[in-house]
Amino acid sequence: MEQIAFWSLATGLLTAATAVILLRNPVSSAVCLVLGLVFQAALFVTLEANFLAAVQVIVYAGAVMVLFLFVIMLLDVKAEARSPLPWAKGAGVAVGGMVAVLGIPRLAASFPASHKTLAWGEGKSLGSAQELGSLLFTSYAPLFLATGVLLLVATVGVVVLCRRDS
Amino acid sequence: MILGEITLGHYLALSGFLFVIGLAGVLLRRSLLIVMMSLELLLNAANLALVAVGRFQGLPDTQVAVFFVITVAAAEVALGLAILVAIFRVKKTTAVDSMANLRF
Repeated sequence: MEQIAFWSLATGLLTAATAVILLRNPVSSAVCLVLGLVFQAALFVTLEANFLAAVQVIVYAGAVMVLFLFVIMLLDVKAEARSPLPWAKGAGVAVGGMVAVLGIPRLAASFPASHKTLAWGEGKSLGSAQELGSLLFTSYAPLFLATGVLLLVATVGVVVLCRRDS
Repeated sequence: MILGEITLGHYLALSGFLFVIGLAGVLLRRSLLIVMMSLELLLNAANLALVAVGRFQGLPDTQVAVFFVITVAAAEVALGLAILVAIFRVKKTTAVDSMANLRF
């Protein structure tokens, strides 16, 4: 079960990632990236990081990618006249699948200290919102506050950058 | 059974391949939009490696790090796209080749 989940998600993730960089229409690339991010959220679930999986879908696949699509439509970017690689579409799928199925076991075998496996449910408490929250608001509280300032600065910066001089 | 047990190495290998694909996108594509999407792929590869290491070594701190990475990535995308919009107003293109000069 775990193996099937990992292999199908890994293949999907690498295929979507390859499609992002090979497709020539930016909207297609963005949609493929959303797909890849959802696959990665599912991989987080297989790693029992449930809270991060939710954050990944809400923040990345939701907010960030909607921002990308908004800008693509705002700029009215045309597809690049010449395809970066003319045989892109079929090759992308083939390369993503091949890399996942053939490459990962070989590379994985070359990490000497990585043969440990964990039973499903063993790391359950690790990724819960409770565990993460208690770390975030105690040991990492200063960093958490700094992140708030960072987001404020980013927001003000965006407003300043996009302001039209009247 | 052909499918062996999934180890930390599998996740790290997947993360490595994802990073290579993202790096290829950053280096090879000409549209700044696609370059930024490839940057997201790079960040996600790092996130995947962090979560996997935390899971197999029993460290919840790595997930906090991923949390911060996601936040910083959101800020980075917002600012990057704002700069992209500002450049597009002047240059009418998103090709990185058109941004070779230091002043407008």
